[in-house]
Amino acid sequence: MTAVAARAELFDCRDAFAQALLEIAKADVRVVAVVNDSVGSTKLGNLRTEFPDRFFNVGIAEQNLIGVGAGLANGGKIPFVCGASPFLTGRGLEQIKVDAAYSNANIKLVGVSSGLAYGALGPTHHSIEDLAWTRAIANLTIIVPADPIETAQAVRAAYETDGPIFLRTSRMPVPVVHPPDYRFRIGRAAMLRDGRDLTIIANGVMVSRAVEAAELLDSVGISARVLNMATLSPLDSDAILDAARATGGIVTVEEHTVRGGLGGAVAETVVTEHPVPMRILGVPGVFAPTGSPEYLLEHFGLTADGIRAAAIDLLSARDAS
Amino acid sequence: MTEARDGRVDDLRRRSQAIRARDLRMVYEAGLGHIGGEFSAIDILVTLYFGVLRIVAGDPTAPDRDRFVLSKGHSAAALYATLAEAGFIDPDELATFMAPMSRLNGHPDRNKVPGVETNTGPLGHGFPVAVGMALAARADGSSRRTFVLTGDGELQEGSMWEAAMAAGHFGLDNLIVIVDRNGLQQGDFTERTMRLEPLADKWRAFGWAVREVDGHDHAALLQTLGAVPFEWGRPSCVIAHTHKAQGISFATDRVEWHHHVPSDSEFRRALAELEAAP
Repeated sequence: MTAVAARAELFDCRDAFAQALLEIAKADVRVVAVVNDSVGSTKLGNLRTEFPDRFFNVGIAEQNLIGVGAGLANGGKIPFVCGASPFLTGRGLEQIKVDAAYSNANIKLVGVSSGLAYGALGPTHHSIEDLAWTRAIANLTIIVPADPIETAQAVRAAYETDGPIFLRTSRMPVPVVHPPDYRFRIGRAAMLRDGRDLTIIANGVMVSRAVEAAELLDSVGISARVLNMATLSPLDSDAILDAARATGGIVTVEEHTVRGGLGGAVAETVVTEHPVPMRILGVPGVFAPTGSPEYLLEHFGLTADGIRAAAIDLLSARDAS
Repeated sequence: MTEARDGRVDDLRRRSQAIRARDLRMVYEAGLGHIGGEFSAIDILVTLYFGVLRIVAGDPTAPDRDRFVLSKGHSAAALYATLAEAGFIDPDELATFMAPMSRLNGHPDRNKVPGVETNTGPLGHGFPVAVGMALAARADGSSRRTFVLTGDGELQEGSMWEAAMAAGHFGLDNLIVIVDRNGLQQGDFTERTMRLEPLADKWRAFGWAVREVDGHDHAALLQTLGAVPFEWGRPSCVIAHTHKAQGISFATDRVEWHHHVPSDSEFRRALAELEAAP
């Protein structure tokens, strides 16, 4: 257990999501929820109790789930379509492409329990491909909030922004990383810490670990910038290029396969505009072994110490060249 | 049947033949398209647009309009020709079907073509979206209806039965599915490919009120589609018995006409038949 995690209170971001959605639903009758049996895992029990007529459970049927959401949007509703991320995105991928993104439906897709959150339930339940799958789709905004403050604001931003949006949340407890006056904006990265020697870019569950890694690096005289890239699409390429120019090296960290997610997105920008050395941390293109979420993050080096080691490796290689 | 009804049916029949001729020319000129499933569906489309749907071409996004969803999106040329006949798009634009930068893609795009409600093309998409439309209408206390035209081969998609189960469960009597039961799919007869029968029983088992109709008989279509919901508290399913490439004698019910593009001589012979039809 690292320093920050040991001292910080931890939050399940699903609570912030459910609370924010309930508040928005109280204020706007157009807001409805659609779920695939996942009332408990999306923590929407209160919304169902309060607004039973605006809560649609389509059963365990993810293709229909997303189609029904798109149809509700056609009827002027603002549907939050919620389910476990592996099934929402995996089973409903063509519906996300056609019914949501290509049709430009005003639909909000909320994938909970993403990444490695299901831990020992195994790779069937891990959602470490969802960002690569959805990032390949045009006209789809993708948001991966890092803490409860950002999650609540992302829910509101999704509500206020017309068009299809995929909001990826976890169930893994995380500390607060943003100050109370933090303002989330779609498409804008947040610099949590400035630095000169390299930049760590993370999103979601990995952001607090990136901040911890920067503290560890600071203690050995290495100055690391930390960017929370909460919006994966559209990407804040200005923030990435500024980081590349100012610090000359980038480590990306994501609770996702290293193929096609945050690291891929950053690399596509860096390599075409301002190439700098990079390290891409994530699940290295394998199905995870059995283990709790914490165990698996350790196993794949997705910890403050793992990020620190990758940063030092990058700097040694850069200095040697 | 009354004289007025007769006149109405004659009008629908004339529009169907005109749309068939337009569709034939669109596919011939584009060198691409799906004449078989378009000609099986045209009499249904015409009956809907000129006899059933409460829609106004000049106000295609009116909140309380009836919704129509072409779940079998590959019949786009027939939909475009119908939308042009109904005043949603300029008939001259039909000549651009599938041409570079045309709004008239091979499958309909709601962001480009007025009157299109949701983008379809891959089978099994339009129907679930229509279930959401019907749920929204009910939540609003609106009397608007949602009509969906599906292929029969399309019913092999699992998502169709997810949607059928949900509509039955929710008792959506403002939702009407019309199955274009032409009996053929791209490669073979539906029953040889993946059996659908007993089809009406399947719908009934999912909680739907079902009627069967001759899908080329405008009077019967008008009467059936005018009688929805067939039962309060249940969604309505119309199994419309049709023929692929109906109206072209040498193409009717021939599997290869699913997406066959007519040769010059086939085009001339087909056009002559359509123009000579009563």
